[in-house]
Amino acid sequence: MSHVLAVVEQRDGALRKVSHEVVTGARRLADALGGEVHALIVAAAPVTGAEALAGFGADRVVTATGDGFARYAPEGMAAIIAERARDGGYRAVVCAATATGKDLAPRVAAKLDVSLAADVTDVGMDGAAVVVTRPVYAGKANLRLSVTAAPAVVSLRPNVFTPVERPRAGTAETIAVSTAAGRVTVREVKAAAAGTLDVAEAPIVVSGGRGLKEPENFKLLEELAAAFGGQAAVGASRAVVDAGWRAHGDQVGQTGKTVSPNLYFAVGVSGAIQHLAGMRTSKVIVAINKDKDAPIFKVADYGIVGDLFEVVPRLTEEIRRVRG
Amino acid sequence: MKIAVCIKRVPDSETRVKVANDGRSLDEAGVKFILNPYDEFAVEEALRRKEAAGAGEVAVIAVGTAASQETIRTALAMGADRGVLLQADAVPADGLAVARALAAELQDGGYDLILCGKMAIDDQSYQVGPMLAERLGLPCVTAVTTLSLEGGKGVAEREIEGGVEVVEFPLPAVVTADKGLNEPRYPALKGIMAAKKKPLAVKPFDGGTVGVAVTGMGLPAERQEGRIVGEGAAAVPELVRLLREEAKVL
Repeated sequence: MSHVLAVVEQRDGALRKVSHEVVTGARRLADALGGEVHALIVAAAPVTGAEALAGFGADRVVTATGDGFARYAPEGMAAIIAERARDGGYRAVVCAATATGKDLAPRVAAKLDVSLAADVTDVGMDGAAVVVTRPVYAGKANLRLSVTAAPAVVSLRPNVFTPVERPRAGTAETIAVSTAAGRVTVREVKAAAAGTLDVAEAPIVVSGGRGLKEPENFKLLEELAAAFGGQAAVGASRAVVDAGWRAHGDQVGQTGKTVSPNLYFAVGVSGAIQHLAGMRTSKVIVAINKDKDAPIFKVADYGIVGDLFEVVPRLTEEIRRVRG
Repeated sequence: MKIAVCIKRVPDSETRVKVANDGRSLDEAGVKFILNPYDEFAVEEALRRKEAAGAGEVAVIAVGTAASQETIRTALAMGADRGVLLQADAVPADGLAVARALAAELQDGGYDLILCGKMAIDDQSYQVGPMLAERLGLPCVTAVTTLSLEGGKGVAEREIEGGVEVVEFPLPAVVTADKGLNEPRYPALKGIMAAKKKPLAVKPFDGGTVGVAVTGMGLPAERQEGRIVGEGAAAVPELVRLLREEAKVL
């Protein structure tokens, strides 16, 4: 069988943006295999955005609905995905390596008794084998793997696979599935403050390090981020997270999040190797630091040597002006 | 409370990576190895649970080469009671093979809780914990930042993009630790001395069929060194012009 199952993610009844990336990655494999892409959504009810998946190359879109799926239900969802993957005889199963996907994909793979190639940045076919590239050592090296198990279960790193429009006729169907209540249940989802973007998902990240001197001074970075009108998130170096200035969810680096935004500002961040590992794949990097020998300037596209307490407010003002 | 913690020996996060002559693995010359930081949170959590219960056992288990004995001793020095090494020539790139071996070792142990790190900082696979849970038929919660256990039930929080999930589950369970769960202790000298006398069993690793093969390892393209736009706030207008007109990101 040469078809590929694309497991796409929804939250609160809407498809997540990463779904287009997953279908694009699945399409690439299906093209090499001469097969179809079947997108699978597991949700409480039909979701908005499902019809768009055909535009990215899904030949079939199946929504499996069940009462227990209003929130993330790891056990029930993994069981359904594994069952569909097995019954459909798919050559590959493609997921997203989001917070949910990192939890879900290993469960699916284990149920199928196959390996998982997690958090890959490239995927393709080499003869009969699915081949992937995945960053290891926090992006300091890339590992190339050949997946011999069938189906090959692969999770794609978010923000790496640029969605490609590949319109297909695309059929859509909804099937009701019965689900046993899972042992692991999500009781509540505490949403971050409205308008707050996650550093791992924001197109612009403004990160601060020890150069900020005091936790209160992060308000300078929050103002800079706000000047981008809901496009930017505030990140932090390990030093300031360890010091308790910022939440660990904001940490960028080897023991924090790996980010690849379009634009990354490193403000008062020296550029320790473990920080660079978490942001080196950003498209454009700007460094602001008073030490002209700071290692961050070695990876920055643009740098300003100077006192961040003067540079950042001026930059905020200028960004506000040009975005006017 | 009987708790097992799965741990791994990994290169320090400050390691400068060089590819070995085989073209597909890390050149270990001069590399300092540590207990995987996420596993350190798991060990700490296990010790706190045992201390709070006033009784119990914390066993640490690793898949790795003979050198992993040193990593197990680190966990024993923190306060774990005994160690098991499933000794392999190399840790396979297939997380399922690792999970199979761990499951075989742990399945009849009668553990109330099995803790792992959410990932190892070397291969970043995020999978051994949940795969182990599947093999054992246990509930699993991954990447937790808070954990409370009471009366055979657990409540944990885990971060998702833009929020936090509050998750309930019954024990026994597999839980994987994220940063923020606790502040791991440093082994005290007394603990280091005591660790030398604690039991450490070495058994052969058997992971079954391996479904992935490493074909190569390479270094990412170096970023080109950029330029210093200028000094101080006076350089800001030129920076913004470059971001708009040259980099085209604004």
